[in-house]
This record gives sequence, structure tokens and C-alpha cells, in this order.
Amino acid sequence: METKLIISPSPHIHSGDSIEKKMYGVLIALIPAFIVSLVFFGLGALVVTLVSVFSCVLFEYLIQRFLLKEKTSISDGSAVITGVLLAFNLPSNLPIWIIIIGALVAIGIGKLTFGGLGRNIFNPALVGRVFLLISFPAQMTVWPEPGFFPMTYLDATTGATTLNMIGNHFGTIPDYTSLLLGKMRGSLGEVSAVALLLGFIFMLLRKIIQWYIPVFILLTVFLFTGIMNWINPAEYASPVIHLLSGGLLLGAVFMATDYVTSPVTKGGMIIYAVGIGIITSVIRLWGAYPEGVSFAILIMNAVTPLLNNYVKPERYGIRK
Amino acid sequence: MKTFKIGGIHPPENKISGNKEIKKLPLPEQVVIPLSQSLGSPSTPLVKKGDMVKVGTLIAESSGFISAYVHSSVSGKVAKIDKIIDSGGYGKDAVFIDVIGDEWEENIDLSETLVEECNLTSDEIISKIEKSGIVGLGGAAFPTNVKLMSGKDKVDTLIINGTECEPYLTDDHSLMLEKGAELLVGIRILMKALNVQNALVGIENNKKDAIKHLEVLSRKYPSIKIIPLKVKYPQGGEKQLIDALTNRQVPGGKLPADVGVVVQNIGTVFAVYEAVQKNKPLVTRIVTVTGKRLKDPMDVWVRIGTPVKQLIEFAGGVPDGTRKIIAGGPMMGKAIVNTDVPITKGMSGILLMSETESMRKTSRVCIRCGQCANVCPLKLIPSSLMTFVDFEEWSKAEKFNITDCLECGSCSYTCPSNRPLLDYIRAGKGKVNQIIRNRK
Repeated sequence: METKLIISPSPHIHSGDSIEKKMYGVLIALIPAFIVSLVFFGLGALVVTLVSVFSCVLFEYLIQRFLLKEKTSISDGSAVITGVLLAFNLPSNLPIWIIIIGALVAIGIGKLTFGGLGRNIFNPALVGRVFLLISFPAQMTVWPEPGFFPMTYLDATTGATTLNMIGNHFGTIPDYTSLLLGKMRGSLGEVSAVALLLGFIFMLLRKIIQWYIPVFILLTVFLFTGIMNWINPAEYASPVIHLLSGGLLLGAVFMATDYVTSPVTKGGMIIYAVGIGIITSVIRLWGAYPEGVSFAILIMNAVTPLLNNYVKPERYGIRK
Repeated sequence: MKTFKIGGIHPPENKISGNKEIKKLPLPEQVVIPLSQSLGSPSTPLVKKGDMVKVGTLIAESSGFISAYVHSSVSGKVAKIDKIIDSGGYGKDAVFIDVIGDEWEENIDLSETLVEECNLTSDEIISKIEKSGIVGLGGAAFPTNVKLMSGKDKVDTLIINGTECEPYLTDDHSLMLEKGAELLVGIRILMKALNVQNALVGIENNKKDAIKHLEVLSRKYPSIKIIPLKVKYPQGGEKQLIDALTNRQVPGGKLPADVGVVVQNIGTVFAVYEAVQKNKPLVTRIVTVTGKRLKDPMDVWVRIGTPVKQLIEFAGGVPDGTRKIIAGGPMMGKAIVNTDVPITKGMSGILLMSETESMRKTSRVCIRCGQCANVCPLKLIPSSLMTFVDFEEWSKAEKFNITDCLECGSCSYTCPSNRPLLDYIRAGKGKVNQIIRNRK
């Protein structure tokens, strides 16, 4: 033998887990929602998703290669997720050039300005989405009618979302089956409660995320809107409709649980989730926008470093 | 099935050396017995070059409160007292003994007869354990008599660690299968020493045969309970095992005795039996020699001080491509510098790994997935601790209880970014402990 032995401190074995495994796990969890978006929004959903993913990955590559002159990290899958999540938060008839701007803001400003994966403060996809919402309010708030594999894109017929209707008291709210399946107007990936919950269960089983954040967000929104509905049912919609409409499920399951921008400990996660739930409800019930999940998550993203610093678990064996 | 409640991982078990008879390693030509094999201060040598010794002759005595007696594991002639590199990579004083024959001290009972009766008092038992040089055989090598003294008349339960939660290792398993009757006598001796009426033996459920065997043997002693545990690492950690078996949690900075228990490793129990009932000091131990490419992985009785190389030869020699040799298990064991390192009292296994098994992957950026905090059995946040240590923020590290870390390695094992979390925490723990000591 007499080749030199390797000396290193313990542990000497590793689970084999990697950033890639985690990211591709999230992508698999997003597949059901993507299939539903294809069913209801057809060609539009396909174009928007492909353009968003392609531009996110391309911008990450170009910026890292030529601007930052560092090793590119596109193969870790995180840019692909940002692309999918950005697309899921857009209407399926959004023009390509707007999507490209959104991708540039998401990756360029939301992610790489802060130093890339692991260092960004805000969820990149939401940075892109909110930028578009504020810059292109007209295009960002018309929503295609759901069909069955419709071959429409920019030419889709449009209307208002459920939250829009309950906020302004007009139109017919979809029945519960449609709300569950996602046969309603909305951002292309947010509509189907069933598909998003499937993704959630998959991520829980694969131990990609923990349950605290999604469950506490949903619970908070349910309680908050439930109490308001109980006080004044004529003015405030049922909490079930609040849970099943808008971007709440997509946000709670896939956006608020983003590792980098959410707290590390259980206590921190719960405070963060309750905060998102309260802010979402307040914006939905009394804000100028019908939907508030994106803003709520971004605001609580900003609080995350504080939570990581100040909310630590109780010391082992010390019971209060 | 019971297990500890906080954190934990389940690495591949790889228990490839078990289910065989425990073999006896042939006598080496020379043994090298370090004077410091246990936690605490090195022992003072009582022999000099040229002295003749027998198996069991006292060659060094305890030199302080936490220190242990050391006996010769062979008969022969003291060649020299000199420095050697131990498994930790440090130079340590050791007694080199050239083996001549195999003559044992007269009072040692070498028969296989089971001696059940023990009429000694608690103090006599503890003193005999001390004089026999017994230390914890699970790895930490803490002097057993000190631990017993700390709990005597104060605790209500004796816990026996038969979990063997480290992957690969099977020495405790084999011992439980072959020496069950002796172990039960040993447990009752320890109960008497501590003056307790309850003993709980925790065994992980991947050793069903051992659980069954000990359960049958223990039926005539209602005060001894054999408890199967769900397989989870680090169940053999004292705090984790106490939690699993009694639901008691030992707070940071406290000892098991503070919550009413004393924990002993199953290997130690056998050593206690031999010392108290057979007058045999701790001069042999059972060691697992294993590795995926090793020809004949097995459990072996080895004389303390035998060079590791002899043990590996016995199991088929170092396989080609071996790049790391670990004393202990893969989670908490130490990579040794060379195979001249002697087997010591706390060494439970020798694990050989190939290049691909032993190389670490490049560390990448923390994505704050929180998995490390999730698996930590002591509620620590390894990712934050690593950052504090990196930036030398010692007061923050202290506030986040860095000193509670038991160095089980679950965080590094699980990290998807291959971050060397435990390396940093270990270094930081040392530094913070030093700061705390200086404050006093």
C-alpha cells in the first residue's frame, strides 16, 4: 500500500444529497400544476413557461459569464425553478417581451445582484413578478378564460379573477369543483388547488420542505378571512374561497418555502408564515390590489434575516 | 417503537462484519500500550526498560481524579518507553513490550465458567473496576469508576447502551450474542455498585436476534428490561439514549446523573464482569475490522496495544485502493495516520475505505435549507454556528449553545452543499470552551 492515507475529521460519510437533487425535486413537484395550466390555458401557458425558463437560464449564464466573470451555476436548477415560478405567476397571454423583462429583473436584480443562489434576500421570481405588476398593470391584470387545450396565446378571450370579483362585488364566482381543479381565470400556475397540493405532498414525502410554512400561512388566512366573513358575510367572502383562489396556494407551497429567503428554524418559520398570512389577508380585504400574496412574501423575506438571528430554538433539555 | 425525539439521521447500516463467531487475534510480536488511553490525564508508568511483565501486570497507575490504571496485555519484556503517534495523530508516551510466551497473573480466572455470585459491596466493586483500568469502551473512554461514583446513591436507573448506532460496527452485536449470560451478571454488578433497582438495556431493532437472546436470559431478573429501539443515529449518544428510554432530557452543561441515570456501554459491562468476577483487568477488547472491499470483515478479540496493521492482516490485508483507515465508525471515528497505531481501550472498530468513499466533495454555498438544524439532535443551528465561527463571533456562538454539540456529524452528513459544518463547529466549540474557562 504505502500510498499516503487521507486524514480528515469525522464524519467520513455523506448522504449524497445535493443542491441539484433538491432543486430537481421541486421541479418534479411543479409538474402537476404545469399539466393543469396546459389543459386550461393551452398554447399560451406553454409559450409563457418556455420563454420564462429559457430567459432566466440565459440571463443567469450571460451575467455570470460576461459581467461577473465567475463560474456559471445554471446546472444547479435554481434558475430553472425561478423561470417556472415566474411563469406560474403570469397570465398566459403575456407578450414575450414583457416576460423577458421579468426574467431579467428576477435573475439580474432579484438574484445575482445579491451574489447569486444562497445570498439573495428576496424570492427572485416574485421580484420579477412584482416588477411587472407595477410596470405593466394593464397587461398583468387581464386573464384568459380557461378552455380545454386551447390553441390561443395573445388572442385569448379574457376576464377578471375570482378575487377581483369578490373584491369588487361583481360576476359569478366559480363553483368549488372548478376552484379545486383550477378551471378559472388566473395566473397560469396558480389556479389548481389539487395540483399544487399534490406537489406539496410530494415535497413533504421527499423531505424537500417542512410543513410549517405552508400550513401556517393557510391557517392564518383561513382564520383571518373566516372571522371577517363571520362578522360581515355580505362584505367579506367565505374563507374557503380565499384559500382556493388567487396565488395563495402557489405562494404558500412553492414561493414562501424558498430555502434561501425563508427562516431556518421552526419558530422562525411559524412567525414568518403567520406574517405572510396576515399581510395577505389585509391586502386582499382592504388593499388597492385584489391579491396580496406576492407582496406579503416579499415583505416577510425582508424580515427573515432578523428571524434567523433572534428566533433560536430553546436549548436542549431546558423546558419552559 | 421508542427512539429519541429530536433530529437524527439514518445512514446506510453496512453491518457487513456481523453474524460470525468472534475470532481471536494471534499474539503480536510486540505491543505498544499508550499511557493515555482514556479521557483525562496520562497515567504514570510503573515499569522501566528490561522489566519482565505478565498479562495483567499493572504497568501504569492513575495520576489524577480522571485517569486510569493500565495493565500489560501480554507477557514479556519491556523494550522501551517512548513516544508513538496515536489514533488522534498526536505524540503520546507508550510502553513497548516484546512478547514472550503467554503467562497470566496468577489470580486471573481464565476459565469460561460463569460466575454469578458477587458478594462485594458497592465501594469494593467500584474500587475493583478502578484497579482493573476500565474505561468506557464505546469510544469516549471515560474512566468507568468516576462515572459510577458520580451517580452512586444519586440515580434511580442504570442505562446500558447496546444501540451500536454507528454504521459498519458490529462488535457490540456479536458480544451480546456470545456473552449474554456474562452481560446480565455484569449489569447486576453495576446495579449493585450504583445502588439502583432498575436497568434498561437499549438495543436498536436491527439486532433482533440480540434483543431476543437477552430478553430470554433476562426473564429471571424483572429489574432488567431489554428495550428495542427504532434504528436512528445518534441513538448511542448519552443524551439521546436517555431520552429514548426514559423521556428525560439532560440539559446542556449537565450530566446524566443530574437526571437520575448513569449510562454504560455494553462492552464496558462485559469488561466489568471480567474484572469483578474473574479478576481480569482490561487487557483485551473486541474490535470490528471491516470495509466494503476487505476480504474478511469480522469481529476479533484483540490484546490492547496490538498494532492496527496486524488486525487488518488477519482480516485479509489492506485492499488495493484503500485511502482512508478509520479508528471507530464512519460518523465519529478518527482517520488514522498509519497502521502502526496501536489498538486502545476505546477503539471499537477499524474501517477501511477506498478513495471514492473517502473523498469529500467540494463545499458549496449554503442555501439555508435548514436540513442541518432539522437533523441536529441537540436543537442547534449548524449553519448559523458555522457562520459565527467563520467570522469569529464567539459570543454569538456561545449564545447559540455551540458547547452543547456532541460532534455526531449528522449536520455535515446531511448537508446538500457538502459544507464542513462539524469541522467549524468543533473548532469553535474548543475556542468557546476556552473563553468560558478563562472567564472563571
